[in-house]
Amino acid sequence: MVETKKEDIVILDEWCKGCGFCVEFCPKDALELSTEFNTKSYHPPRLVRPEACTKCRLCELYCPEFAIFVREDEKD
Amino acid sequence: MVENHPMEPFLRTDRIPHIWCPGCGIGTTVNAFANAIKKCGISLDKVCIVSGIGCTGRVAGYLNLDSFHTTHGRAVPFATGLKLANPELHVFVFSGDGDLFAIGGNHFIHAARRNIDIKVICVNNFIYGMTGGQLAPTTPLTAKTSTSPYGNKEQPFNLPYLAESSGAKFVARWTTYHVMQLTNAIIKALNKPGFCFIESVSPCPTVYARKNRLGTGLEIMKFFKENTRREKGVSTRDIGIDFQKEFIVGNFVDI
Amino acid sequence: MEKEKRVLTGEHFIQGDIACAEGAISVGCNFFAGYPITPASEIAERMSERQPCLGGTFIQMEDEIASITAVLGASWAGAKAMTATSGPGIALMLENIGLGIMMESPCVIVNVQRGSPSTGLPTLWGQADMMQARWGTHGDYRIIALCPNSPQELYDLTIKGFNLSEKYRVPVFIMTDAVVGHMTEKVIIPKEEDIEIYPRRYTTLSPKEYLPYKPEADLVPQIIKAGDGYRIHTTGLTHDERGYPVMSAECQKKLVSRLIDKILNNLDDIIIVEEKDMDDAEVVVISYGITSRVVIPTIQKARENGIKVGSFRLITAWPFPGEKIRELSERVKGFVVPEINCGQMVREVERHSKCSDKVELVPHTGGDIHDPDTIYEAIMKVAKS
Repeated sequence: MVETKKEDIVILDEWCKGCGFCVEFCPKDALELSTEFNTKSYHPPRLVRPEACTKCRLCELYCPEFAIFVREDEKD
Repeated sequence: MVENHPMEPFLRTDRIPHIWCPGCGIGTTVNAFANAIKKCGISLDKVCIVSGIGCTGRVAGYLNLDSFHTTHGRAVPFATGLKLANPELHVFVFSGDGDLFAIGGNHFIHAARRNIDIKVICVNNFIYGMTGGQLAPTTPLTAKTSTSPYGNKEQPFNLPYLAESSGAKFVARWTTYHVMQLTNAIIKALNKPGFCFIESVSPCPTVYARKNRLGTGLEIMKFFKENTRREKGVSTRDIGIDFQKEFIVGNFVDI
Repeated sequence: MEKEKRVLTGEHFIQGDIACAEGAISVGCNFFAGYPITPASEIAERMSERQPCLGGTFIQMEDEIASITAVLGASWAGAKAMTATSGPGIALMLENIGLGIMMESPCVIVNVQRGSPSTGLPTLWGQADMMQARWGTHGDYRIIALCPNSPQELYDLTIKGFNLSEKYRVPVFIMTDAVVGHMTEKVIIPKEEDIEIYPRRYTTLSPKEYLPYKPEADLVPQIIKAGDGYRIHTTGLTHDERGYPVMSAECQKKLVSRLIDKILNNLDDIIIVEEKDMDDAEVVVISYGITSRVVIPTIQKARENGIKVGSFRLITAWPFPGEKIRELSERVKGFVVPEINCGQMVREVERHSKCSDKVELVPHTGGDIHDPDTIYEAIMKVAKS
């Protein structure tokens, strides 16, 4: 299984409203809300444990803001 | 910024970020809808989305489809007109519990009775969100709202029961925690001819949760996770929702 | 009656309501949504009989609100759509007539007026819904309203109504009444090729270039229909040329002004009146609908008694022919306005006439048509003033 790299999970900081759904419902606890702020002063998530991520896309499905998604590889 | 975003074809990305509050489940329901349409592979040119008025009423504006933002309660008859005039169209109604079941109730039960081939997705957040948190026909007993400050004393609708008894051919209730099941239910509805109804129980952090001290959207999602269960063969009659009690989810009717 | 034939060319002896339905069908109406109400139900009944044989759609909805809303939905799916009701039904439809105005959806709404207010006189007639048509839904806007005075004209004006609604992308009212609707008279349906049909103003632009509310020269935007890949958004919210909601005074001004001006800039094309014996007229009787037929013998009688009186019949009630009234008011002694209400169109006459004291209303509370003598006396009164 090819290991997930940090840039495989795209996070659109400016769309995030810091609701925490992705972090909570990631089955592998691979995400955490960052301490950085977006311009609306929300804390976007960060993939802090890329090795744990299985690209299951649940973060993408849970996100009410469409602000996180798994980059689809060309070969997918 | 949004190149090769998987949802980009489905969304009017020029209008996002959208207006819904942090932790509200409408976006998640829209996400499930877009993924369902993507999985079905139908041409987006043939999909119409009709919304009424309210927080969920704004859904039509964010979807890159022929989208119609109608008046309060009238999304269902509008969709009926669309569908009958061009049966080739896949017509979805996407609206809130107040819009569909208070002012729009008469239209809902008749469209179900007539088995009009439209798919109705109701984001049920138990309250009128857009107008500031008033009592809805789905607000659980004892719950506080801006127009039931002493606790709601009106027996709320049990939406799946109402939909089934009106004649819906497919009836499901999930919550925004059940993203996969919600997506699959929408796919099922899309592929099933006739009137289909899907209830998506959703957090409303800004008014419902705040007025009843239920915490953030995330906390309500956790509540859904721990307090919902499925029950094989359950009758929709028995799945009413009481305030902060466990409730049943699932696909209840598929005839 | 060959049910599969769209245009029933030939001479008929039919009821006004039936003629109305046939007018719609002749011009291509292929969607009818309605709800039973005296005195308009016969229109729905005819549609329920004819539309299925023509590949069109008839549906009886659960109420009038659903009926007009289904008409709007059908219109956006490319149908030529219509509903028919009476005063109480219009009252229920008004919010979504407003939606039709805001979305600029072509459609026709027939009001077979009855005694009012409220349940009133369901089987009897009145003309007291004129202001309801003009001002009924909330906000500033303009609609078109046509007033037939016979089953033949009800047939003809329903065709005209559809053509105007397509040309100006606006809901058009056909304001008739229980007399014209329920009377049976000769109606000649022309050959199909003789019926003028204004085609829907579909865009010629590609989805990339097309903007749903970007107006053409006459302030009317090109239209599309759902399912053609234009992925448009249309809403009752104030919106910009893309159809996106914009909550600003500037956008509101641009939009609402255009919705009004697209009618006001085209009055010559929309306003139809019928003038008789006007050249030397000193007194002008202004009437519309069934009342205009009582006026004819009355004018004859007055003429025989040496009174120079003319008839000015409103076929288009809204937009009101204010300019013509202003011109007339400069040379005539006065106006007589008989209408089966307590004074509605008369207010427009007063507003446009140079001096409103020369305007004599002949009111009637409904349930009957005017006694010709009441009109005659009013003519004499104005003639002597």
